[in-house]
Amino acid sequence: MSPAGATPAPALALADAIRSGERRAVEVVEASLAAIAERDGELHCFNLVLADQARARAAEVDRMVAAGEDPGPLAGVPVALKDNLCTRGIDTTCSSRILAGWRPPYDATVVTRLARAGAVVVGKTNMDEFAMGSSTETSATGPTRNPHDTSRVPGGSSGGSAAAVAAGFAPLALGSDTGGSIRQPAALCGVVGMKPTYGTVSRYGLVAFASSLDQIGPFATTVADAAGTFDVIGGHDPADSTSLDRPTPRVLSVLDEGIAGLTVGVVRELLDGADADVVARIRAAAEVCAAAGARVEEVSVPEVALGLSAYYLIAPAEASSNLARYDGVRYGLRVEAPDAASMNVATRTAGFGAEVKRRIMLGTYALSAGYYDAYYGQALRVRTRIIEGFERAYRTCDVLLGPTSPTTAFPLGERLDDPLAMYLSDVCTIPSNLAGHPAISVPFGTGGDGLPVGAQLLAPALGESVLFRAAAVLEAGAPPAGDPGAVDPGAGGAVTGEGAR
Amino acid sequence: MTGGDLGGWEMVVGLEVHCELKTATKLFCGCPNVFGDEPNTNVCPVCLGLPGSLPVLNQQAVELAMAIGTALGCEIRPSTFHRKNYFYPDMPKDYQISQYDEPINVDGHLELPDGSVVGIVRAHLEEDTGKTTHAGGTGRIHGSDYSLVDYNRSGVPLVEIVSAPDIRSAAQARAYAAELRGVLVATGASDGRMEEGSMRVDANVSVRRGPDAPFGTRCEIKNLNSLRSLARAVEYEARRQIEVLESGGTVAQQTRHWDEDAGRTVTLRSKEEATDYRYFLEPDLVPVVPDAQWITAVADTLGMLPAARRARLVDLLRADGGAGGAGAAPTAAQQDQIATVVDLGLDDLVVGTVAAGVAAPLTLARAANEAATEPELARGLDPVAFAALLGMEESGSLSATQVKSVLAELMRSGGDPAAIAAAKGFEALAEDTLVATVAELVAAHPDEWQRFCDGDDKLAGFFTGQVMKATQGKANGKAVAAELRRLRG
Repeated sequence: MSPAGATPAPALALADAIRSGERRAVEVVEASLAAIAERDGELHCFNLVLADQARARAAEVDRMVAAGEDPGPLAGVPVALKDNLCTRGIDTTCSSRILAGWRPPYDATVVTRLARAGAVVVGKTNMDEFAMGSSTETSATGPTRNPHDTSRVPGGSSGGSAAAVAAGFAPLALGSDTGGSIRQPAALCGVVGMKPTYGTVSRYGLVAFASSLDQIGPFATTVADAAGTFDVIGGHDPADSTSLDRPTPRVLSVLDEGIAGLTVGVVRELLDGADADVVARIRAAAEVCAAAGARVEEVSVPEVALGLSAYYLIAPAEASSNLARYDGVRYGLRVEAPDAASMNVATRTAGFGAEVKRRIMLGTYALSAGYYDAYYGQALRVRTRIIEGFERAYRTCDVLLGPTSPTTAFPLGERLDDPLAMYLSDVCTIPSNLAGHPAISVPFGTGGDGLPVGAQLLAPALGESVLFRAAAVLEAGAPPAGDPGAVDPGAGGAVTGEGAR
Repeated sequence: MTGGDLGGWEMVVGLEVHCELKTATKLFCGCPNVFGDEPNTNVCPVCLGLPGSLPVLNQQAVELAMAIGTALGCEIRPSTFHRKNYFYPDMPKDYQISQYDEPINVDGHLELPDGSVVGIVRAHLEEDTGKTTHAGGTGRIHGSDYSLVDYNRSGVPLVEIVSAPDIRSAAQARAYAAELRGVLVATGASDGRMEEGSMRVDANVSVRRGPDAPFGTRCEIKNLNSLRSLARAVEYEARRQIEVLESGGTVAQQTRHWDEDAGRTVTLRSKEEATDYRYFLEPDLVPVVPDAQWITAVADTLGMLPAARRARLVDLLRADGGAGGAGAAPTAAQQDQIATVVDLGLDDLVVGTVAAGVAAPLTLARAANEAATEPELARGLDPVAFAALLGMEESGSLSATQVKSVLAELMRSGGDPAAIAAAKGFEALAEDTLVATVAELVAAHPDEWQRFCDGDDKLAGFFTGQVMKATQGKANGKAVAAELRRLRG
């Protein structure tokens, strides 16, 4: 049961039904739009719902099926896009006043790839402004609420996408993950969320926050759906120079290979600051891995503890440069002033929210002459050490395990005025971004408050295959929804996601 | 005003030359790299810096940068790009992507025609900005009514070539820039057009008490749009600094603007106002690592450089006997001619024409003085036809004036020089007509004749001119001179 009250069919199962003519895309999309109409007023997952466009696109998918053509592996599947993914001719705001009304003249590469796979975009989802936040509360359009408990945050920054999938508005969504912005909201909303290896999914058309950390990834209700979506959006893109020009792992086909004989390392430092009930769930997840035939050991990667402070220098530094272009000259908001420099200041003062301003100032300071080496330079050295720490762990482990978030969803407003507390929400997810490694959050029971807990799996660069195999094992062994404590250690082994293929 | 004594002071100059690369497309996107199109027509999400767009490095630009580095004797190295952050309306991203601490070319040198050598510190790749036009007010950003920005130039590839502070005079600064321009054109990297801004020069100038004194505080001069401006500005600035120092003041480190009309430099900003560019490694690009094979492949595409081309012409003159007999060095006039011919790319024409049997000095003179008036057309001239034409001059069947006229026609329309000469009615003046004309004019100008007979050889020119006038240029100058000498006895 999803919090929306209806169990959404997994995306790949839907696509198969549509491709075989068993179901029609227009009906599927209509159901998605109806669910949005019914409850998004309360949740505010979307900045923009693209009803007309979605209906037209669904009709086209149905026409193709009728004509004997194959619309692709995501035929007719409703997809929600985070509002920092460029969509040709459609508002792309990053939930910021400064980009209000801006319509990109081009589609992001992932948007093109989704369309080619037959997916139907139903809307643009709410987010922390420019992806800076962990609760979706810094959005200029107001917060998104957690479908499991509307007094709580959905996490962030991709909170709109996570909540939209959790609420059953769409079986799939895309988000972006710079320090945990896919995995943390996935955990807090009880859905699957995955951050790929840096360079496996094109960033072309993703409005940059911190370029060396940003990756686009999927939200889904099942591990198989996330795998299938990764297969669609991944792969080399000549438009992104950091896109890896080498084969991207195909993950859907290896999902059921299990993890027998592999070594799963439980990272001690990721458990350190986590709530006791969260730690208990992760211990249970480790048992599921063991029951599936993996060797489970506790490992120490002390460097991950340095991640948070390095991240909050590197990401703001890059952001201070990436966000310079919002100057009122060419697009977006312009606040008139007597000369160009004052116009820049007036526009940025009015256009950016407090958190964005804080990070721009932090980043500008970190890069300044005389401070660069002590701050930004030092953060880069720490980043190298984190990579080395992971390398050491992966000499004995195939995948690592820990919590995605130290806590379950917290109440709206609780951390908004306490940036440090807010930043701590990302302590478990940030190391993967700094290392450029893939990681996935899989729902694994609930905390003492009945809210979802996410188990996070981490793998080395391009280790998506083993990552998804382990995720499928956790998914199959996870306690049933609404049963916070129950763990069935016998459920591990070779398992596929429900309804896959 | 260039050159000249600085009263015991020595100027120290280093130049930063920005060269727009002649690539088909921009540095980081596929937009055409064309000068002079309608504003904002050659733009796309990347060079407009639209949110979500990403740069992709142009391989041709890298290869042209490597060609420049090779031509300047630089070490070509693995290199990276940084972001140079500052706000300006013509910078779409409000940062410029530029190579910083790891440039592609380092440690080269450029030998000038006078034999002096100027060190090259680095020659790195970066993107150009857009172009701002300030309307109303002074034409500068402060006080203007509004500004218009053209982003066609945004993202055009540049190579910035930074010289060592090895230049010691305004004339040398000018010679360096001219020679560098020749090298840039020869590599195919640039068209070297300063007036279109495809080559822009900033000068760092300081002065000191003689060659052993420590360097003084430098000022950087911007807006040097021609070789003439460069020389004037450097000379002015050095003298300004000397005046400041001699009157007991100190030179403040500044960026100064050259005011061409006023003939002086004015303060643009002081060191304290300098922007903190907050350089950091551009995360959207990956390092460029040229391997030995690639470096060799680029070097193999390089044509001859100006110095080698000048040497080739000097060798040609020497082999031919030159002005002063076999093996003699070219005269100053011939050195100028060689420089002109190489600068305009007419050296292949000269070599081909000499190979076809014409004397090197005559070929060089005609190429530098006559063909050079239409360099575009001259570059297309067939050396065999040019040789045939100059052969008619050598044999005395055409006068120098007639050669000019036929050459103009030959360059425009091609064809056979003999046929063109015939069509123009250019026939060699019959010898008896020439003798008669000379005799007539000698008789008509007894005073001039007497002075000529008294040894004033300049009067030969006077009589030659008179004969040319009387024969509508059909007379051969050499034949006239010979007849005059015969009459004088």
